[in-house]
Amino acid sequence: MTNVSEIRKKTKLIVKKYSGDKSALIAVLQDIQEAFNYLPKDALATAAKALGIPVSRVYEVATFYTAFSLKPRGEHVVKICMGTACHVRGAAAIQDKMERTLCIKPGETTPDRKFSLETVNCVGACALGPVVVINTEYHGQMTMAKVDKIIGKLKEGGAQS
Amino acid sequence: MKKIANALDLRRVQEDLKKNFDPNKKMVTICAGTGCRGYGCIKVKEELEAELQKQHMDVEVRATGCFGFCEKGPLVVVHPEKIFYQQVKIKDVPDIVSKTVGSGEVLEKLLYRDPYTKETVLKEEEVPFYKKQHRLVFGQNGMIDPTRIEDYLIIGGYSALAKVLTGMTPEGVISEVKKAGLRGRGGGGFSAGVKWESCRRAHGSPKYVIGNGDEGDPGAYMDRSLMEGNPHSVLEGMIIGAYAIGASEGYIYVRNEYPLAVLHLTLAIAAAKEAGLLGKNILGTDFSFDIHINKGGGAFVCGESSALFASIEGRAGEPRAKYIHAVEKGLWDKPTCLNNVETWANVPIIINQGAEAYASVGTERSKGTKIFSLVGKINNTGLVEVPMGITLREIVYDMGGGIPNGRKFKAVQTGGPSGGCIPERLLDLPVDFDKLTEVGSMMGSGGMIVMDDRSCMVDVAKYFLAFLQEESCGKCVPCREGVRRMREILEDICAGRGKEGDVELLEHLSTGVADGSLCALGGSAPNPVLSTIRYFRDEYDAHIRDHRCPAGVCKALITYSVNAEKCTGCGLCVKVCPVQAATGEKKKPHSINNDLCTRCGACIESCKFDAITVE
Repeated sequence: MTNVSEIRKKTKLIVKKYSGDKSALIAVLQDIQEAFNYLPKDALATAAKALGIPVSRVYEVATFYTAFSLKPRGEHVVKICMGTACHVRGAAAIQDKMERTLCIKPGETTPDRKFSLETVNCVGACALGPVVVINTEYHGQMTMAKVDKIIGKLKEGGAQS
Repeated sequence: MKKIANALDLRRVQEDLKKNFDPNKKMVTICAGTGCRGYGCIKVKEELEAELQKQHMDVEVRATGCFGFCEKGPLVVVHPEKIFYQQVKIKDVPDIVSKTVGSGEVLEKLLYRDPYTKETVLKEEEVPFYKKQHRLVFGQNGMIDPTRIEDYLIIGGYSALAKVLTGMTPEGVISEVKKAGLRGRGGGGFSAGVKWESCRRAHGSPKYVIGNGDEGDPGAYMDRSLMEGNPHSVLEGMIIGAYAIGASEGYIYVRNEYPLAVLHLTLAIAAAKEAGLLGKNILGTDFSFDIHINKGGGAFVCGESSALFASIEGRAGEPRAKYIHAVEKGLWDKPTCLNNVETWANVPIIINQGAEAYASVGTERSKGTKIFSLVGKINNTGLVEVPMGITLREIVYDMGGGIPNGRKFKAVQTGGPSGGCIPERLLDLPVDFDKLTEVGSMMGSGGMIVMDDRSCMVDVAKYFLAFLQEESCGKCVPCREGVRRMREILEDICAGRGKEGDVELLEHLSTGVADGSLCALGGSAPNPVLSTIRYFRDEYDAHIRDHRCPAGVCKALITYSVNAEKCTGCGLCVKVCPVQAATGEKKKPHSINNDLCTRCGACIESCKFDAITVE
């Protein structure tokens, strides 16, 4: 775990990058999330102070946009595309299967912090539907059998296929 | 790249680049859009480069923007013969290099084969998917490496900007765009020229220009492919727009889910600045304009203009009342002109071709072309750019190649969550802004999701309401609560708890939601429900009265059974069933216990003999 002073230090540097511009709040939060994989409480408080805006405003924005997570996320972030094209090609069945395989619901992280499950509205790779994006890799034409294969590999700690 | 001093210098740079580019030179282009990247095109590209080096051939491999024919990726074109290869795999690379690049030999197995005539097709433009397209905006994607400004300049890029800055007044530009009949491609269909004119006339400074690349409609990805594949065309359009309006600063708002688009736009902005095409004193004139990129936070509502402004200002993206016009009080309460990125990309074409030539394509009130993303239950998934006025039938059958697995077409959904479902009997409808609205749908940003007889229209309506309920910002109560209530009713119907009168209640709620919401998200939220009720009322009735889902989708209303004649007793379904509902002895027909079955579909997916039926 990253310690508090490090979180504060990194956050201050991020805010500095945007010259303390209040309107850059979303970009600041995006950078914080990239640095820590989620938005730590201390980072939000530090950012609020450095930008000179109330913590409540920071939380308003952090909870409004779905891209932000206030909870630590797993090592592998599994995003199931819920776009219309994927929906008519059976994304719901893939989601069910993924929930069963990882034993978590969308928005949750496995107790070992290995996987987080999320749904996204459309990743714009409709030809590949149903699509699952794991970290930055696109897995197209998903089937339930493929879910077992891919997750199995990641559980072993191997590289993504 | 060194700074371009003025319009004359731009022409000189373009000429020099052209002189050094031999059209008969050997080159391999590979589509590097997100779709093809998903198929692994980057590995194919690296393999091509390695193999060319191994065989001592000095041939450029160019990773370009999206070709559009995503179904068949990775796509490779060998120049100068323009031999079009599809579904290229790493193992095909040695042959491509030694045979096709080396000696011009065509590899039959990699060519596109017409599924009906069984004949192979040599060139991209002869593939039926491309034949009827009119690729005005999208056509250059396949030739450009989007990370190199030189590739854009070679095809005449930024000539329109030079023409505007040296020979046209801002009023002249606006009148040209008005004459061309350009309407907003993001969904609204508002006249771009009229919008620009009001913004020019508005008092206040600075004025802002915004490119909306927050492509939120699920099933639509043409804006992404445009930003990824030809970012300079968007920038050029915006710079011209800024000159016409009198704006000094611009923003492009891009979806958080599109990292490649952000990267390519960032590179394009830096290159344009370095070349003196953006920034202070553009092309040596006293016109200055700068563009910033803003990444969205994954909120659909931010595609709405006033919510988008709030997001750029660093606030939660909540829309505001519409009586305040953005052209007068938009971003930071200053006059702001927002257009979709596809709209902006049309602007250089209008200036280059002239309004008259541009307006010769399309219908009376919808001019030019439109890019659609043709997806769902369709053989040829991809992006098609078509002249306005083409029929849905031509798009679905001639370009899309019809429905896979011999299934029956049921509907096409356009306009995203704000649009509607169009049934088979309206397939000959000419596609333009007004015609789509007439039948209860809308153009939207250009998603076209095809559905077959295994798509349940009640489920589709439920899907969109679930989407909208999640994405509603919550400011207007009728949207926040009304959409939720409508979704609950639809969930009941899909779960077999539907009651007589539910459909009427849905219609009643629809009016309230549409009338009581500030922005288009709520205002058009009922469309998917209303259009499916209008054209597929029988499906609602089957769910409510007969507790039956005719398409076999709604889990509570279907049962799985094994066709004993087809079942070979292989035991695969028994193995994959997560709840032990599928049972049976080896080599004897199996059975499914519907009390245990959760209708997860694992058995259907695993069965190689098509022996499991859904009723």
